[in-house]
Amino acid sequence: MKPDNKLKKTLTGIKSIAGQRETVKRILGLIGRYRILVFISLLLAAMTTALTLYIPILTGNAVDCIVSEGEVDFSGLLAVLLKIAAAALFSGVFQWLMNHINNKITYHVVSDVRVKAFNHLEELPTAYFDTHKTGDIVSRIIADIDRFSDGVLMGFTQFFTGVMTILGTLFFMLYINPAIAAVVVVLTPLSFVVASFIAKRTYDMFRRQSECSGELTAFADEMINNIKTVKAFEKEEDCRERFGEINGRLSEYSQRATFYSSITNPATRFVNAMVYAAVGITGAIAAMAGYISVGRLTSFLSYANQYTKPFNEISGVVTELQNAIACAGRVFELIDEKTIEPDPERAMELSEVEGRVDIEHMYFSYVPEKPLIEDMNLKVNKGERVAIVGPTGCGKSTLINLLMRFYDPVTGKISIDGTDSRNIKRASLRENFGMVLQETWLKSGTIRENIAYGKPNASMEEVERAAKEAFADAFIRRMPKGYDTVIGEDGGSLSQGQKQLLCIARLMLKIPPVLILDEATSSIDTRTEIKVQSAFAKLMEGRTSFVVAHRLSTIKESDVILVMKDGSIIEQGGHEELLERKGFYHKLYMSQFAAS
Amino acid sequence: MKRLIGYAGRYPIYSLLAPLFKCLEACFELFVPLVVANMIDIGIGTGSMAYILRQGGLLIGLGLIGLACSITAQWFAAKVAVSTGTALREDLFSQVTRLSYSELDSIGTSTLLTRLTSDINQVQNGVNMFLRLFMRSPFIVFGAMIMAFGVDKRGGLIFAVAVPLLMIVVFAILLLSMPMYEKVQRQLDKVMLSTGENLQGVRVIRAFNRQESEKKAFKEENDLLVRLQIFVGRISALLNPLTVVIINLAIVALLYCGALQVYSGMLTQGKLVALVNYMSQILVELIKLANLIILISKAIACMGRVNAVLSVKNESDIFADAAGALAEGGGDVLKVGDPVGEPFLEFRDVSFAYRDAKADSLSGISFSVKKGETIGIIGATGSGKTTLINLIPRFYDVEEGGIYLEGKDIREYPLMPLRRRIGLVPQKSVLFSGTVRENMKWGRKEATDEEIYRALETAQAREIVDSKREGLDLMIEQRGSNLSGGQRQRFAIARALVRRPDILIMDDSASALDFATDAALRRAIKENTDDMTVFIISQRVSTVRDSGKILVLDEGRAMGFGTHRELIKSCDTYREICLSQMTAEEVARDEA
Repeated sequence: MKPDNKLKKTLTGIKSIAGQRETVKRILGLIGRYRILVFISLLLAAMTTALTLYIPILTGNAVDCIVSEGEVDFSGLLAVLLKIAAAALFSGVFQWLMNHINNKITYHVVSDVRVKAFNHLEELPTAYFDTHKTGDIVSRIIADIDRFSDGVLMGFTQFFTGVMTILGTLFFMLYINPAIAAVVVVLTPLSFVVASFIAKRTYDMFRRQSECSGELTAFADEMINNIKTVKAFEKEEDCRERFGEINGRLSEYSQRATFYSSITNPATRFVNAMVYAAVGITGAIAAMAGYISVGRLTSFLSYANQYTKPFNEISGVVTELQNAIACAGRVFELIDEKTIEPDPERAMELSEVEGRVDIEHMYFSYVPEKPLIEDMNLKVNKGERVAIVGPTGCGKSTLINLLMRFYDPVTGKISIDGTDSRNIKRASLRENFGMVLQETWLKSGTIRENIAYGKPNASMEEVERAAKEAFADAFIRRMPKGYDTVIGEDGGSLSQGQKQLLCIARLMLKIPPVLILDEATSSIDTRTEIKVQSAFAKLMEGRTSFVVAHRLSTIKESDVILVMKDGSIIEQGGHEELLERKGFYHKLYMSQFAAS
Repeated sequence: MKRLIGYAGRYPIYSLLAPLFKCLEACFELFVPLVVANMIDIGIGTGSMAYILRQGGLLIGLGLIGLACSITAQWFAAKVAVSTGTALREDLFSQVTRLSYSELDSIGTSTLLTRLTSDINQVQNGVNMFLRLFMRSPFIVFGAMIMAFGVDKRGGLIFAVAVPLLMIVVFAILLLSMPMYEKVQRQLDKVMLSTGENLQGVRVIRAFNRQESEKKAFKEENDLLVRLQIFVGRISALLNPLTVVIINLAIVALLYCGALQVYSGMLTQGKLVALVNYMSQILVELIKLANLIILISKAIACMGRVNAVLSVKNESDIFADAAGALAEGGGDVLKVGDPVGEPFLEFRDVSFAYRDAKADSLSGISFSVKKGETIGIIGATGSGKTTLINLIPRFYDVEEGGIYLEGKDIREYPLMPLRRRIGLVPQKSVLFSGTVRENMKWGRKEATDEEIYRALETAQAREIVDSKREGLDLMIEQRGSNLSGGQRQRFAIARALVRRPDILIMDDSASALDFATDAALRRAIKENTDDMTVFIISQRVSTVRDSGKILVLDEGRAMGFGTHRELIKSCDTYREICLSQMTAEEVARDEA
């Protein structure tokens, strides 16, 4: 006979679980906090299983008390019946308690991991978020942890009880009659053989089905996402034809896959029926010969009926556990990511910031192979307006990343009022920098909460004043619930320009001594932009500011214009000065008007 | 639900045969305890080996027939389920391609894909399991009860009490826990949203030093999730122990009652064993039934979502309505090639509001365009530029007023021929996976390579193709990800030119081009397309200033319509836009 496939799979599954010893150890460590609960749960499981398996024996005993007309041992029967009732009641209570405790352990372990992972996120360097896809991180924290919880729960409830049931059943069967027990033990693997035979035949079908379904999804995804373009070129009919063709193929494959796989159940049920019949025949013959009683035969029949169930369950549990461990591995990977270096102990708090910013011999690159900023030097005095211009990828946003300490320079330093920014507490540094970025980010919540994000205890008057200064008050008032309007995920139905105005209002509420505006008005229409710019101009008086802008008209008034290209400052000076120099800035400026 | 029955009903015989064969299988299963009873009473009782073997053979026979019935049933069920899924998928996709822009806006495209794939798969699976189990399980439950009555009336009475009691327990737990699982799911979504938001906003959160409060907020959301999970878990944890206890107590009752019957000679030992076996069979089926109900309720929810899309009025319905309304008003539906009226295209007092919007997006717009003219449209974001041009191919229909093409209301034209006369370059330039040639042929199926090259040249895209070895066979990846923004835009413009439209609409579609290429593009279009009417939307004054006429929009109203020089003198809005983009001297020079 061929080695049994399912059994093999289960065994290799167990082996692979054992192989990931580190992960398993850590999972056990997490569960360890609840070791008393775990111990109680295992104890309850053992008792439940023992009682559940004892009931068929008791039923058999009861049947033996009831032989035939006039031949019934009532006192014996009553005692047995009482035992059955008690066993049933106790096993019920134990099982409920066990289920409940397992739930508790699982959800708490999962919650611990999830909160830990999330908190870890807040401590990770910004580089992590720039190099990892958001969707991937979210799926680790949500989907992976969820699957991990399913695995742990199933592992608890079913693995242990499953093994206990198999061993217990075997024990009771051997205890009643070894010969008939042998019949069950020999015949049961037949059902696995049948199942794996069918699984092998259907595997190919399933593979083709999933390939075809992948093709269908990819096609539908592309067309549906661009359906407006499809309609503009009235290509609907072509799309429908193509879809119909793929769908037709999918239909054929899934028809076969569905049918073949649905044979498994009846087939294993049939094998079970065979085992049942075999036990029935051998048992009846043994009973006739007086080896066992009729009651024992009934106990045997009910064991034979349920003997294969835990096997099927366990192989399911092992796959589930394998998944859970793989998922846990991915979550641990996240938790093991190195966090940002903590502020040094003697790091200081800034107070009364003037706003002098000095950059000395700064080198920086995101990846060592690609140097970006090389030997940058810059001196900005209190209250100066610095504009940064240059083509995309020239390092404008990188400079902001470094100022805010989202990244740290490789060598060289940035000083604030003469202090190396690495010796300032990050929180304190950022407290004194205010920024509006090109990419608007809003939280799902009310407009008021969003404006007050930097100052959660702001009064309504303050919020309204900030909104007015950002020219956002008018459109906010037109919204259904004004400042209490809840905006959905990522700003929901707001236009890009409106989102930008809210981000500006957020800054207006809490104005720090140093300002960073990275294309802060890029999505606002040019007329509103002029108003916002004048508000900014007022804001920047007496404050040091860094402004990145695409439209050069908006930065003409700056004290210093930095022209950046390929990571270094190639020109530096006032607007008129730079124009006269007829260099890169001149070219950039003129290209705006080169139209006709 | 009705619609689902309609789909499955296309295979009435199969959908009846599947459960029928399942019931047959169940019948044979119900005989098993009786056979065992006979083995005990007659076989062991009389010590007849031959009888035992015969009954054992009968057990195997019953198993075989059951197997055959069951496989037949599975085949029919698979057939109906997969066919239903296939038909649903086909119809849903067709419906999606027929939805109007308004419907697409309100449904949203991302959910359409989920409905097309995972929702329909759930429905398919639900139909399959439904056909297989919905008759079988109740059949066994009630069948076992009836068989029990057949064996012994008093024993049957115990079943009559136990079965309803079990049903109540199973359904009560289901009804209680199902809505709570939905709550858990919603809370999980919230936790997910919170995570995603934190990732996207990492810079802002750190800039405002809000890490600690974000941690606290996350913990609160997560704690609520855990509380909900444990609460719902406590209820569903009742199902298994409760049903087992009830069954076992019923067995105790059966044994006691049976003992009395056996004592008085009204029942045999074997028959009593049969009664106990029937009770055990019921338990297994009830659990299956509970799982089936969960599966089906999920499938029904999915079907509801699919159905919501299927029952939306699609474009052809709307078109029929509009044409009908016009016909009632006395107008004739126009054929293509009917006499040309003057002016070529005219907006007469057009107003439009998006569905559920509070205010009009366009109000009282009137202007007319001669054939071959170039019209620039300028205005702030949200001023209605894109809305206006979307009305021309009837992606949306006007609410008031009308748009007249060659003197006839565009609602009188059949939809497809109307759209065929228009070449649109959308704001977001979308290309499809395939070769450049295939993408260009979206414009016109029968376009030759020569025509495609000419269009590429006009669109300033020839050099992209020429610089690549593959030429027109250059593969464009999904979403044009192997091209730069400017390259995508130029290809999108070429695609629209390939169709040689009467009306070319460019919706801010040269924004990624540098000023020089943008200017060269406009010059080429002017030179190569004499009688093409062109609409150019832009935020840049430099892009529209050379157009024959410029339409200035502000908050859905036309603020001015004329040449650059006219408008700079007469239209304040236009002047302000110019001043925000050009130097005062330049504006003054144009004014003079």
